[in-house]
Parts: sequence; structure tokens; C-alpha cells
Amino acid sequence: MLELNLILVFIIIGAIIAIQVKDLLSAVAALGASGLGLCIAFLTLKAPDLAITQIVVETLCLIILIKATIRKDLPFSTSGRWFFNTLVTFVFLAVFLYFGYKALKTLPPLGKPLMKISQFYMAEALKEVKATNVVSAITLNFRAYDTLGEATVLFTAVIGVIAIMRKKGRKKIEEADEND
Amino acid sequence: MITYFLCLVLFTVGLYAILRKRNIIKMIIGIIICEYAVNLLLLLFGYKMNGRTPIYSPNQEILDMVDPLPQALVLTSLVIGLATTALIVGIAIRLYEKYGTFDITKIRNLKN
Repeated sequence: MLELNLILVFIIIGAIIAIQVKDLLSAVAALGASGLGLCIAFLTLKAPDLAITQIVVETLCLIILIKATIRKDLPFSTSGRWFFNTLVTFVFLAVFLYFGYKALKTLPPLGKPLMKISQFYMAEALKEVKATNVVSAITLNFRAYDTLGEATVLFTAVIGVIAIMRKKGRKKIEEADEND
Repeated sequence: MITYFLCLVLFTVGLYAILRKRNIIKMIIGIIICEYAVNLLLLLFGYKMNGRTPIYSPNQEILDMVDPLPQALVLTSLVIGLATTALIVGIAIRLYEKYGTFDITKIRNLKN
């Protein structure tokens, strides 16, 4: 798994650059590089559906973030208790990493999944659904309610964006008309 | 094991941005990085060593597939992540229009 580790190191370096660089547009570009690295990691882990979706999501995410950051600069201020806050943050992150490392030791090792439920899905995908792609058989047939919930969340978020980004409020005459 | 730990380090980088940065856009970038780490960790749980892509072929018998269930769930998670990111960025744009800054300490001080 050497190539996967190298890709992960690339993603981490891209994330650190995206966080620490001062220009916001450069930060968004570094985040895009990190996301494309994640796409290659998905391909390495034998998940082509996820890689396709990740490319589309990454591009849309980049466009949305550039819309927010273009021609806006970032003032850098170190007022307040700068040293104390940084120290507390790093101590917390160190404790988080330590306990996360202890918790990861209890997981099954990499490359040996349990696959108790997936045995059923993989056996029934060809017989019942007649789909050669097992992932699409799961998302569209066995767990179709999950996809329905996903669509619900998606449209709710779209309604929220429309309600937030709307420039004009509703006029009072229209409200009076609706009340009648 | 080292791969799991690198995933955890990636999550920690995102968490640092959420906790310590003052710019709202940097905090959003931190949230997106956390999403990357969680998706990758979920996918790593279902990886079988030298496994094949979970797609059947009519010509040959494919026995050692990777686990398709985490892939299906992460597929849902990716799309929901995009929707929530759009919502957060919309709120950030409106905050910039109202206060003229992305700095959360200045936004907190401006009361009207």
C-alpha cells in the first residue's frame, strides 16, 4: 500500500498549504489539488463510481468557493491571547491524536474487511436485481430509501440557499394579496 | 495501520483549521478537509487486499471483490457534503455583505 500512503501524504500537504497560505484564492486552489488527490486515492481503492462523483463534486465545490472568495482579501491580525489560544489548540489536538491512535488499534487490519452484509448483496445482485455493478444495485435497489433521503437533503439545501441568497424581500402588497 | 493513522492526521489538520482560524472561508475549508478524511476512512474499512472492482463480468468469474457497501454509503455522503458546503458558503456570503469582513472576532464585536 505504498502508493496509497504517498497519495495520502500529498493530500495532507495540500490541506496544510490550503490552511496556512494567506491568499484566499490560492487556498481554494490548494484545496482543489487535495480533492483531486482524494479522487486518485478512490481509484487506488477500486471505487471508480466514487472517483467520478468526487471529480464532479470537487469541481462544483471549487466554483462555489471561488464565487465566495474572489476579490476579497484576508486581514491577518494577532490580537487577543494569541499564544494561549494556539497552545490550547495544539494540546487538544495532541490528546485527540493519541486517543484516536489507541482506538484505531481495535479496528480490523487494512485489507481484511468483515463483509457480513455484503455477502448477501453480492450474491443477490446478479440474481434479483440483474445489475452487474454491485454498487449501483445497492444504491438503487437494496438501499433505495437512502437515495431518497439523499435527494431530500439535497433539495432542502437548495431551498435554503435560495432563501438565503435572495436579494429582494417580498413586497407588502403581495402579502396583502395573499392574505385576501 | 499507518494508512489509518495518516487519515487521522488529515482529520486533525481540518480540525485545527476549524478551531484556530478566524477567517470563515478557512473554517469552511477545514470542514471540507474533515469530510475528505471521514469518507476516505470509511472506504478504507471495506478494502480487501488485491481486491477487484465490484462489477461482475459475463466472461470471467470474479471472486475477490472489495466491499461494495461502504462505497454505496460514501457515494451518498459525497453528494450531501456538496449540498451542505453550498449552504455554508451562502451564509458566509451574506455575512460578508452585512458586516464587510470574514473575520469572526470582528463580526462578534459588531452589535446593532
